[in-house]
Amino acid sequence: MNFRGKKGKPVALLTVLVFVLGIFAAGCGGGTEESSADGDTIKVGVNLELSGEVATYGTGIKNGAELAFEEINADGGVLGKEIEVLVQDNKSQNREARNIAEKLIGEGVVAVIGPATSGNVQAEVPVLTDAKIPVIAPAATAPEVTYDEKTDTVKEYVFRVCFIDPDQSQVMAQYILDELGLKKGAMMVNKEDEYSIGLGNAFKEFFTTNGGEIVAEEGFITSDTAFKSQLTSISSKNPEFIYVPTYYKQVGLIIKQARELGIELPMMGADGWDSPKLVSIAGAESLQDCYFTNHYSIEDPAEHIQSFVKAYDEKYGATPDSFAALGYDAGYLLAEAIEQAGSADPEKIQEALANIKDFEGISGEMAIDEKHFTVKDLSIIKLVDGQQTLINKLKPER
Amino acid sequence: MKKNLPIVFVCVLLFALFAVVQVGLSSGFISSYWETNIYLIGINIILAASLNLINGITGEFSLGHAGFMAVGAFAGGVITLNLGLPFLLAIVVGMLAAALAGLLVGLPTLRLRGDYLAIATLGFGEIVRVVMMNIDYVGGAAGLMGIPAVVNWPIIFISVVFTILLIRNFICSSHGRSCLALRENDTAAQMMGINITYYKVMAFVIGAALAGLAGVLYAHYYTIIQPKEFNFLLTFDILVMVMVGGLGSLTGSVVGAVLITVASAFLQSIPELRMVIYAALLIASAVFRPQGLLGAKEVSMNLLRKWGGVLNGSDGSKQAQ
Amino acid sequence: MEELLQQLFNGLSLGSIYALIAVGYTMIYGIVKLINFAHGDVMMVGAYVALAGTIMGLGFIPSLVIAMIACAFLGVLIELVAYRRVRPVSRLAALTSAIGMSLFLEYTMMYFVGAEIRTFPPGVLTERTYNWAGIIITNKDLLVLGTTVVLVVFLQFIIYRTRTGKAMRAVSYDGQAAQLMGINVNNTISITFFIGSALAAAAGMLIGMYYNSINPLMGMMPGLKAFIAAVLGGIGSVPGAMLGGILLGMTESLVAGFGGSMYRDAVAFIILILVLLVRPTGLLGKDTQEKV
Repeated sequence: MNFRGKKGKPVALLTVLVFVLGIFAAGCGGGTEESSADGDTIKVGVNLELSGEVATYGTGIKNGAELAFEEINADGGVLGKEIEVLVQDNKSQNREARNIAEKLIGEGVVAVIGPATSGNVQAEVPVLTDAKIPVIAPAATAPEVTYDEKTDTVKEYVFRVCFIDPDQSQVMAQYILDELGLKKGAMMVNKEDEYSIGLGNAFKEFFTTNGGEIVAEEGFITSDTAFKSQLTSISSKNPEFIYVPTYYKQVGLIIKQARELGIELPMMGADGWDSPKLVSIAGAESLQDCYFTNHYSIEDPAEHIQSFVKAYDEKYGATPDSFAALGYDAGYLLAEAIEQAGSADPEKIQEALANIKDFEGISGEMAIDEKHFTVKDLSIIKLVDGQQTLINKLKPER
Repeated sequence: MKKNLPIVFVCVLLFALFAVVQVGLSSGFISSYWETNIYLIGINIILAASLNLINGITGEFSLGHAGFMAVGAFAGGVITLNLGLPFLLAIVVGMLAAALAGLLVGLPTLRLRGDYLAIATLGFGEIVRVVMMNIDYVGGAAGLMGIPAVVNWPIIFISVVFTILLIRNFICSSHGRSCLALRENDTAAQMMGINITYYKVMAFVIGAALAGLAGVLYAHYYTIIQPKEFNFLLTFDILVMVMVGGLGSLTGSVVGAVLITVASAFLQSIPELRMVIYAALLIASAVFRPQGLLGAKEVSMNLLRKWGGVLNGSDGSKQAQ
Repeated sequence: MEELLQQLFNGLSLGSIYALIAVGYTMIYGIVKLINFAHGDVMMVGAYVALAGTIMGLGFIPSLVIAMIACAFLGVLIELVAYRRVRPVSRLAALTSAIGMSLFLEYTMMYFVGAEIRTFPPGVLTERTYNWAGIIITNKDLLVLGTTVVLVVFLQFIIYRTRTGKAMRAVSYDGQAAQLMGINVNNTISITFFIGSALAAAAGMLIGMYYNSINPLMGMMPGLKAFIAAVLGGIGSVPGAMLGGILLGMTESLVAGFGGSMYRDAVAFIILILVLLVRPTGLLGKDTQEKV
């Protein structure tokens, strides 16, 4: 390469000019940092996927959390102060999740709720941990969100209200082996999605170590819509059920296409199934003999659950899905922690959260253990003609 | 021939810029939110300038830039995270890996006509994503997490300056002239004795290597990379920067990268409209101003002199040098 | 053996979906020589218009007709706004404009209807499955395949048996010469977009019903696959597009059925690159030399 330095200058000059402009913009944008703990309100950041790939999860959480804070404020707030909620959209992207976290720190929030997915939570954690601001992840089910197994370190500032993935797989594997008495399974996993992969791996481990056998394993990616090839291949191995730990978009298509191919096997899954859309995609008649683990069931007759379902329906005119319930619980959990801390100081809130032992949420009674895993019951839900029935509530062994 | 600015002047300005941001960062005047955006601007400049080298200067049409960036990011991540080797080596390996990918893709596909090449490179981007997802060594779908966060302002600054100098010198070299000839008319260029495949591949490989550099920086700033991030939409963002700035203008790419990154930060509150606006911008720039904001123009002494008449006296003093 | 046959049938049904989109794609490409990236998205718009029709209580056929008419005009508009001015100036600018248009349609739709999946109301199409000696196929598969065949015949008729078709072929062969012979090139191109986009809308509705789920990004991947199918069959050749689509579908199905489901898309793109390198004219395309 021929370096003739002089030729480089004009462009370099422009770089300079433009960078300078950029920095002026930077100067204007920043610098609004103030601690809100001393003000009249307590600022809480909400960093969610409101657009992009997984916008529906973020939207559910946002609705739930906003409902919770509305109720809390109507009851006189926390420590006599009103909670001010700052909702931001991270476009379902890691880098945006991190940018938003930085923006929220600049706004002086005392805690952050969200994002929905494990990957996006992990993207924001380093920034918030540096700033010593606690995070409540409503739906991040990957274990490593709060605990790094490789280095045996707990991420001190991260908490969650949901259970972790191995719990779901374990409960489902046990239910299949003990209650349904099935031994030969097949799996269909979204290889592009760590949620699906995590569940699949954990299920396989529990199921095979407890006497089961996985006879077929197929993968797909998020943009796929045609699954008949994989299903034909699975069906030729004669499994007794198919475990499909992924989100309702694909689950609906997979079950529909399986039934079209005449595969009437039981289908099993996890909390990603929970959406009214599942029924409209697959059709009620396809959803027979399907089971999934979930955070809660709207069928649960408990009074606090039913009053939540009612309040949600009044505000949004819809049935709350799991994400909404988890968002709601995240809101109340934070309020409880601030109350117990007796202060809106982020570090005190962190201590209070770490000591939560019997918080009664919509998604069950929960305690936070030393790895910041949430200990709580799981619901097993059966679908008959597309209708959800609560079969059982189980506590996973850990 | 354009008359260029005195080198001392440019060096002083560059140093001033560097120092101002450095002081801003260490004094906390620039909030961490804007710090991120400044770094993002830097990375985007590298991406836009290198895509422009392929699309604007050589006149090919690549839609695989996110793929090359991914190759660089993952190769770099493996070096520092999995192997625990120094960051400088990550940069070298990331660039080499991306360059190699560029060579592998470029050799067969660059014989294709422009629009076929677009689809073929788009396909390459998809393939890279799927392959990364299936390699457990680089974390599969979950990607790499906990990559050391070593990227800081000096590293970004040096990388940007390096990229621009490299491309600028390439364009002004005889290789670059050959590439420009290709863009204008490849049959004629071939008849003039220019080995078209050689030059196409060369520009393509350099562009890919620089995208790899951007990938390494990205990986070591955000510390978490997942294959699904490097999708077509990322390439699309870069393409918008190139087109808005001007196909073929390096200066334009810088302006485009800054404008789009800053605009993106301000459009945060209306995310649903962001993509609509980008898409409309892309159509408008292609239809009404295929040459972009700056066309193929570069900032040079002549242009500044012209501006000097319009702007205030400070530009006049620059002329005096 | 039965499994292999079933996989081939799965491939046939997937392939006829590609073929259905590819016939319109190849026609537009054959005449304008521009990859109309937005074709898959016009298909998506068609699916949404049809969905709106069925939600308002219209039947299958009326919804289909409305969607086709709406998209036909949308197609003409797209050509007018995004391609007409830039087409003669620069191929690359035209291609850029096409990519912009594709994303514009996707995200404008997303802005108005949201990213959430929509489904057709039940009962628009009664679903049946047939079991022929262990091979299972649904009436939806037959509908898609049948529609594709009808469209191919219809397009072949238009292209080879009508005055408009003659004009199209002339424009495709040499636009400038056609103009000199008194053919209104712009009108001919508008008609091409009109027909091609109407076909896309039909494809959109059928595919939406086939999977019973539509979303604003549903046109992206199928659009690319349809393009690959069109290249495989020979750009500009309508029967070729159908053949290419079915071959592509079968290949993908076999790849996915025998362990390579992750590499389905990758294989499609590799086919594209190989065809372009080894036989750029595709299976049924005509050979043309680049003119200086």
